[in-house]
Amino acid sequence: MPGPFAYIIWLVGLLCEAAVVVCALKRRAFRRYLLLNLYMASAALSELGRYKILALYGFSSKQYQYFYYYSDAILTIFLYFALCTLYVHVFSEMKAERYVKMGTLLLLAGTAIFTYAVVLQSSAKFVTHFVVELSQNLYFVGLVLTYVLWAAILKLRETRTRLIQLVLSLGVYFSLFAADYAIRNLYPQLSSVFVPIVQIFGLFLPLAWAYAFWRLPEEARLVPSRLAVIPR
Amino acid sequence: MMAAIILVCSIVFLLQFFVSYCRSLIAASIKHPLSAEVQDVTGIKNSATGDDFARVVQLLQLCPDRPEDRSGIQAIGAYFGLLGAVRASVARLIPSLRAWTETERGQCTYFAAVTLERRIAFSRDMFAQQLET
Repeated sequence: MPGPFAYIIWLVGLLCEAAVVVCALKRRAFRRYLLLNLYMASAALSELGRYKILALYGFSSKQYQYFYYYSDAILTIFLYFALCTLYVHVFSEMKAERYVKMGTLLLLAGTAIFTYAVVLQSSAKFVTHFVVELSQNLYFVGLVLTYVLWAAILKLRETRTRLIQLVLSLGVYFSLFAADYAIRNLYPQLSSVFVPIVQIFGLFLPLAWAYAFWRLPEEARLVPSRLAVIPR
Repeated sequence: MMAAIILVCSIVFLLQFFVSYCRSLIAASIKHPLSAEVQDVTGIKNSATGDDFARVVQLLQLCPDRPEDRSGIQAIGAYFGLLGAVRASVARLIPSLRAWTETERGQCTYFAAVTLERRIAFSRDMFAQQLET
C-alpha cells in the first residue's frame, strides 16, 4: 500500500487540479482554454477513481494497475489535444484551425501505428503493452510538438504572457515525463526510486497553470525574445 | 539506444523550457513596483542582488502562502540554484556569463520580493475580512 507521503502528494495533486479549474472559472478563462480545463477536471476525476479502485482492490491488484495505465493513456491523449488547442491560439490570426486539427489527428494516428508496430513484435499482453507504450510515445511527441510551438511563438513574436506560460509549463512537464520514461527504460531497476519523484513532477503542471490563470490577466503582455536561452 | 536519445533530448528541452519559463515568471513581475514598506523590510531600494534572495525567501516563509503562488516561488528557487551552480563553475571562466548570472540572480530576488508583497496584501485582506465578521 502507498505510504502517507504518497497520500499527501495525491491529495495535493487533486486539490491543485481542482484549483486550475476554479482559477480559470474565476478569471473567466474557462471557455477560452476549454480543453486545458477539461483535461484538468478529467485528471481530478481520474485521481478520485484511482483512489476508489485502490481502496476496493488494493495497490498490487490487476484492477488498479489496469485502471491506472488505461486512465493515464486516455489523459495523455487528452493532454495531446489540449496542446493542439494551444497551437490554435498561437496560429489564430492565420485561420489555421482546420490544418492544426488535421495535423493533430494524423500525428496521433501515426504515433498509434508506430506503437502498434513496435508492440506487435514483442508482447503477449498486447493491448496493455500497447496502451503503456502509446502513453510513453505520446509524451515524447508532445514534447517535440511543444518545442515546435515555442519556436513558433518566438518566430511570430507572440506576446500573450498567459499563453506563453501555459506553453512553457507544458514543455517542462512533457520533458520531465519523457525523461522519466527514458530513464525507466534504460534502468528498470530504478523504477521504484522514481515513483515518488514522478508524483512530485505531476504537481508541477496544475500548480503552474493555476498560477497562470490566477495571476496573469489575459491582457498581460511580454517580449518573448527576451525569454529565450539564446537571445534573439 | 532510442531511450538514451530520448533522455538526452528531454534533458536539453527541459533546461530550455525551464529557463524560459522562469524568465517569463520574472518578466511578468519585474514591472511591478515595490511598495515603500516592502522596500524597507527587504532592504531592496534600487536594484536587488542575488545575495538577498535567501533572506527574502525567509521573510516569505513567515507569511501564509497561497497554492497558486507556490509553483512560481519554487520554480524560481530552483532556477536560482541552477544559476548558483553555473556561477560557481562555468561562469568563473567566462566573465560575461558571470555578469549575466548576477543580473538573473538579482531578478530572482526581485520576484521573491514581489511575491512577498502579494502575500502581505493577502494576509491583510484575510485579517480585514475576519474583523468584519
